[in-house]
Amino acid sequence: MQVVQATQVEKTYQAGATAVHAVRAMDFTIEAGAFVAFVGPSGSGKTTLLNMIAGLDRPTGGRLDVLGVDVASLDRRRAAAFRGEHLGFIFQDFNLIPVLSAYENIEYPLLMVQEWPAAKRHEQVLKLLAAVGMADQANKRPDQLSGGQKQRVAVARALVANAKLVLADEPTANLDHDTAYNVLALMKKMRDELGTTFIFSTHDPKIMNEAERLFTLEDGRLAQTAGKALAHA
Amino acid sequence: MLKVVRLAVRNLTRYGRRTALTGALIVIGVVAVLLFVAVTGSFKTLMVGQITDSYLGSLQVHRRGYVASIDTLPLNLNMAPGMAAKVDEALKAMPEVQAASPRVKFAAMFSNFVETTSIRVNGVDPERETATEPLLAGRVRNAIKEGPLLEPGQILVPTLLAAGLKVKPGDTVVLVATNREGSVNGKTLVVRGTLESATGPGGRDGYIHMDDARELLRMTTPEVSEFAVRLGELSQVDAVIGRLEAAFADLRNPQGRPALEVHSWQQLSPFANIAKMIDLMTLFIKIVLVAIVLVSVMNVMVMAVYERVREIGTIAAIGTPPGRILALFLSEGLVLAVAATVVGVLISVAAVYALNRAGITYSFGQQSAIELVARLRVLDVATVAAMVVGIGVLATLQPAWKASRMDPIQALRHV
Repeated sequence: MQVVQATQVEKTYQAGATAVHAVRAMDFTIEAGAFVAFVGPSGSGKTTLLNMIAGLDRPTGGRLDVLGVDVASLDRRRAAAFRGEHLGFIFQDFNLIPVLSAYENIEYPLLMVQEWPAAKRHEQVLKLLAAVGMADQANKRPDQLSGGQKQRVAVARALVANAKLVLADEPTANLDHDTAYNVLALMKKMRDELGTTFIFSTHDPKIMNEAERLFTLEDGRLAQTAGKALAHA
Repeated sequence: MLKVVRLAVRNLTRYGRRTALTGALIVIGVVAVLLFVAVTGSFKTLMVGQITDSYLGSLQVHRRGYVASIDTLPLNLNMAPGMAAKVDEALKAMPEVQAASPRVKFAAMFSNFVETTSIRVNGVDPERETATEPLLAGRVRNAIKEGPLLEPGQILVPTLLAAGLKVKPGDTVVLVATNREGSVNGKTLVVRGTLESATGPGGRDGYIHMDDARELLRMTTPEVSEFAVRLGELSQVDAVIGRLEAAFADLRNPQGRPALEVHSWQQLSPFANIAKMIDLMTLFIKIVLVAIVLVSVMNVMVMAVYERVREIGTIAAIGTPPGRILALFLSEGLVLAVAATVVGVLISVAAVYALNRAGITYSFGQQSAIELVARLRVLDVATVAAMVVGIGVLATLQPAWKASRMDPIQALRHV
C-alpha cells in the first residue's frame, strides 16, 4: 500500500518580487512500513516536503496523496483532523508542553485531539511509556528530562494515537551521537512493532545511513534515491 | 471542557508571578467596587429611609400648583373635603399603599410669651401619621409622656427652634396663624417633646393634632393640604403614581386640567440628586474596574500567546482543532477572572463584616452619630462578578482568536 504518492509536486514561494522554488516537480512513492529519510543540505526542500506531506503546507503544483487523500484539497480544519487521526510528529526541539509531565505529554493527543475514554487512554499511554523505556520517568516534566529522554517521549506522543505515518524533521539534530542512534533505533523498533511508516529528514551523513531508503534533495529537486525496495522513485 | 480548564489552570501556573500580579489587580478592583457599593448603597438606603419614613413618605398627593408654591404653604390650594375624600378612597383601594396620612400644613408664629419666631406646622392625625412615617416617633426627644405621637392641645417643636427660644417639653407656647380669609387666630399648646431635625424639606417642621390645626385656622370643613403616602416597596413608586393619576383623571380644575398632582419622594427631596450622584459614581468606579480587568487580562493573555507561539504551532501540528486552541486560551482568561473574582468577593465580605464590627459613625446634615451599616447585596455581588468574568473572557478573545488562527508552520519556526 502506498502511504505517500507525489506526482510532479511543486512548491513555489513568493519572496518579494522573487519566486523561490522550494520543491520542483518531484515524483516518488513511499510504501507502508517504510523507514525513509529525506537528506540534503539546508534549503534543499526537506522541511517543505515534510510540511506538505503533513498537510501543514500546500503544493503549488502537481498532486500529493497521503494515505489516499489529496492533501491540497483539505481546508484548515479538515487538515487538522487528518493530522490528528493519521499522523504523528517528532520535532527537532522535542516541542513537549513544559507544564505537562511525560505521561501527560504522551496523553495529550488522546485527550485533546482524539478524545479517547479514560481507561483506554491510560492503558495506551502506559503501553507507549514502556515501549520507549520511559515508564519510570512518567511523572517528570520536560525540564527534568535529558534530550534523549525528551525525544523518546516525543516518539511515544507521535505514536500514541496509532498514527499510520510519523514525520520527523531533524529528530536527532539536538542530540549527541549516541543518543541520536538510540532514538533512531527506537523509531525503527516502533516501526517493526507497529508497522508505522516513518519519514524523517536529516543532513547528518551518519544518521542518514540508518534509513532503509534515502531521498537526496538538492535545490528542491530529487537528486538521487537509494536503499531497499520499500520506496520507489 | 473540564480537561481544557485543567490544562488552562496548569498554563496559568507557568508564569505564576505574572498571573498572581494580574489576579491581585483584579482582586483589588473587585474589593474596591464592592466596598464602595456596600458603603454608599447602605448610606443611600439609610438616607432614603430617613427621608421617606420620617416625614416625606414614598409619594405625596397635592392640588395642582401646591408644590410649586410650597414655600408659602398656600391655604387656598388645600383640597376641599370632597376631593380629599376621593383621594383617601383611591389610596385605600390600592394594595401597594400601606398607609396614607392627610396633613394640613401652614405657616405660623411661635411664641414662648417672651420671644416670637416663625414656624412651619403640620396638622396630622397621629395614628395615620405614625403608620405612614414610622421613623417620626423616633425623632421625638424628651416627650412628657408615653403613648401616641400627639394628643390634642400638644405640639412637637423642632429641636433647633426649642433651643433658640429656650422652650422645654411641658412648657406652654402659643401658635398664631392667619387663615385663608385673612383672620388671625391663636392657640396655646403644651410642648409634648422636641423633634430632632431630619435632612431635607419638612425635616424641621413642627407637628400638632389635626383638630388643633383646623381650629387654629378656623376651618369649618375638613380640608387637607397634602396626603403623604407610604408604599410597601419604594420601587413601586412610578407604577403607583401612574395608577393614581389615572384614578384622579376625572377630577379637573376650572381650566379643564387635572386638579391633582402626585409627586414621588425623588421629586420632592433634593437628596434624590445626591442619590443619583452616588449611582453615577458607582457607575464610574465600575467602568474603572472594567478597564482594569480588560487591560490586565488582555496584557497577560497577549503575553501568554506571544511566549507560546512554538507550543501553539506544535499542538496545531499534531491535530488540535482550532476551536479547541481557542477554548484553551479563553479558559485561561476565564479561570483567571473567576479565581480573582472569588477571592475579591471573599475579601469584600470579610471587609464589610469588619467595617460593621468596627461601628463607624458619621454625620449627615443635622444628623450625627449615624452608624455605618455596610451591606453587600447578592445582586451587587452577582453583577460585579458577572461583569469581571465577562470582561475577562472578552479581553482574552482577541489573543485566543489569534492563537487559534496561527499558521503552524510559521509558529513552529518562531524563535
